[in-house]
Amino acid sequence: MSRPNRRNFLKGAAATGAAALVSTPQVSLAQEAKPARASAPSAAAREAESGGSAPAVEVLTADRPGGDFMTDVLKSLGFEYVCANPGSSFRGLHESIINYGGNRNPEFITCCHEESSVAMAHGYAKIEGKPACVLAHGTVGLQHAAMALYNAYCDRAPVYMIVGNAVDAATRRPGVEWEHSVQDAAAMVRDFVKWDDLPASLEHFGESAVRAYKIAMTPPMMPVLLVADLDLQENPHPEAWPHIPKLTLARPPQGDSGGVAEVAKLLVNAENPVLIAGRVARTAAGMKALVELAETLQAPVIDQNERMNFPSRHPLNQSSSRGLVAQADVIVGLELTDFWGTVNSFRDQLHKTSRRITKPGAKLVSITTGDLYIKSNYQDFERYPEVDLAIAADAEETLPALTEAVKRLLTADRKRAFEERGAKLASAHQKALEAARVEAAYGWDASPISSARMAAELWAQINKKDWSLVSGGGGWPARLWSFDKHYQHIGGAGGAGVGYGAPASLGAALANRKYGRLSVTIQNDGDLMYAPGILWTAAHHKIPLLSVMHNNRAYHMEVMHLQRMANRHQRGVENAGIGTTLTDPNIDYAKVAQGMGVYAEGPILEAKNLGPAIQRALAVVEKGEPALIDVVTQPR
Amino acid sequence: MRLTVILLAAAIGAFAQTSNAQNGRKLFARVGCYQCHQYEAQGAAATGPRLGPRPIPFANFTKYVRQPTGQMPPYTAKVVKDAELADIYAFLQSLPEPRPAKDIPLLNQ
Repeated sequence: MSRPNRRNFLKGAAATGAAALVSTPQVSLAQEAKPARASAPSAAAREAESGGSAPAVEVLTADRPGGDFMTDVLKSLGFEYVCANPGSSFRGLHESIINYGGNRNPEFITCCHEESSVAMAHGYAKIEGKPACVLAHGTVGLQHAAMALYNAYCDRAPVYMIVGNAVDAATRRPGVEWEHSVQDAAAMVRDFVKWDDLPASLEHFGESAVRAYKIAMTPPMMPVLLVADLDLQENPHPEAWPHIPKLTLARPPQGDSGGVAEVAKLLVNAENPVLIAGRVARTAAGMKALVELAETLQAPVIDQNERMNFPSRHPLNQSSSRGLVAQADVIVGLELTDFWGTVNSFRDQLHKTSRRITKPGAKLVSITTGDLYIKSNYQDFERYPEVDLAIAADAEETLPALTEAVKRLLTADRKRAFEERGAKLASAHQKALEAARVEAAYGWDASPISSARMAAELWAQINKKDWSLVSGGGGWPARLWSFDKHYQHIGGAGGAGVGYGAPASLGAALANRKYGRLSVTIQNDGDLMYAPGILWTAAHHKIPLLSVMHNNRAYHMEVMHLQRMANRHQRGVENAGIGTTLTDPNIDYAKVAQGMGVYAEGPILEAKNLGPAIQRALAVVEKGEPALIDVVTQPR
Repeated sequence: MRLTVILLAAAIGAFAQTSNAQNGRKLFARVGCYQCHQYEAQGAAATGPRLGPRPIPFANFTKYVRQPTGQMPPYTAKVVKDAELADIYAFLQSLPEPRPAKDIPLLNQ
């Protein structure tokens, strides 16, 4: 099928045909570019019909633009939302979505920065389990979006991105449209999207759109990108729409039966096995499957908090036990980002050194889709882990079979040993919780407010509700709160690209909205300052989200890095705040939020004022609006 | 044994006379201890442990600060003088004991 771009279409509409054009090479571009409708009679025909007396009428309108078909494709894929900052290179698709598509499924979510658009889709996907669509310019929009795409790529989250581009130079508007056009739009991000395509026809668009969705949703999940040609969006297509292929998602790969049996044998025979969870639980079933395996073995679980993998108050949750890895005889890493870093210590001193912390003879097993897909350029794959058995498979999909294999090997003796181990672990878990509470009491009334106090104050207000902590779930919440539902924690940015937290939280809150869940986030100040316009998006679309600012008035990780360098060079740390802090003036986040239409209070410096402020903000959120509390905190 | 106790008592007495907890608090912030250990030295799981009240013995404290065996950046005498370290130590000693966690309702839910 030939590509029905605007230029070809206009050639056809002029009723000259390709042969005629060949025979009349003198025809000018201006003549050639007369707007017309494919279904309309030619100017010559109209003149003949009217007896040659009526003036030629320029056809200025058209039905059935390609963007309508693209909208049908998006609807067929079940998209609820498109997040976008508007851009002329996708104006055709934008107009089709809001008019032809009725702005429902998908609904247009107005973002003030493309980084926010992508991060919203990133957060949404981790709650909803499917992608949201993102639209952007193929040039300047994608440039803004790039870091957020990288975060989603590293975090193994599906994001479905469509960028507009005027491919045909002959039909580009002079001026800005040239700056906003590119030969190969996807090239800039190809290293960190899983797949991309530039469809040349509507039929091609439909097929690639469905393929892209399937690829994004096959573990390891990642962003995908389609380039929507401007002419393809805008030109009318009077012929019947092409077929939209059926979407059939690929079943995630399960570990091979031989490998699973071998892991089961190792686990059953081990005296001190440890299960370490990275991004295991893609769905609620993942957490349930990990709980069943751990309980069958009475084995400890270390949750690295990249997803909601394991209930925080389960007796087998030993995430705060640092000695377990060193004592283990079998370590099973489930979808770990950094297995090497888990079993080695590394010193960031003048001479960087590392040391294996596992005991001699300890067996290491990995189950991860990370072994199924890897790219060269960006180094998110971390240092090479030396494991004894590597199962290239999806951990969530493999866990039920592994549990069954373990059950088949159980004997009365092993069950007794497991029960004894479980009792010791339950006692250790309770001691760790009590120790965390004791530690939290230090600096309890401090000003700036301690992060432990802030976490405890927030927990007190939400723990009887159906809550979802959509960002900031590590640290004190992990130690003090009871997490037991899969949507109560969604992990972090993935690529540690700052600017993820605020928009990803809002995207997650958007997904939570229809379930009536209370979305809360612990919002870092430096992160919010990347693209604070996300607050306006929250207010405009009435997305209920309680943001409690962890405002330490700095990019604090960088403060610590500067301290390390200054000490290494014996120059003192007095200047470590230059370029790393957000003071002089202090930012009044409550005023920033209020200016965007968000209910806000702060800055709150005294711990005793925090609880009542959270209560007032919650009342706003429970009415369906966003709210923000600016809490001035200790650094960590 | 008796001589050791007397010497230790003398050392503690001298330490108490010369060190200044208030100045130690200021130094704790100025030289960046708070960055990992927080303003009240209460510590943070990911960056640095709690340092006070009841800090480790002064000799061990000084040794670690000068020549840390873990991740902590080294503080040489060029950056923090011995007398300043003593003040910081006095600040750590002066920190109040917290309320028992069991008496704080927010920490029992």
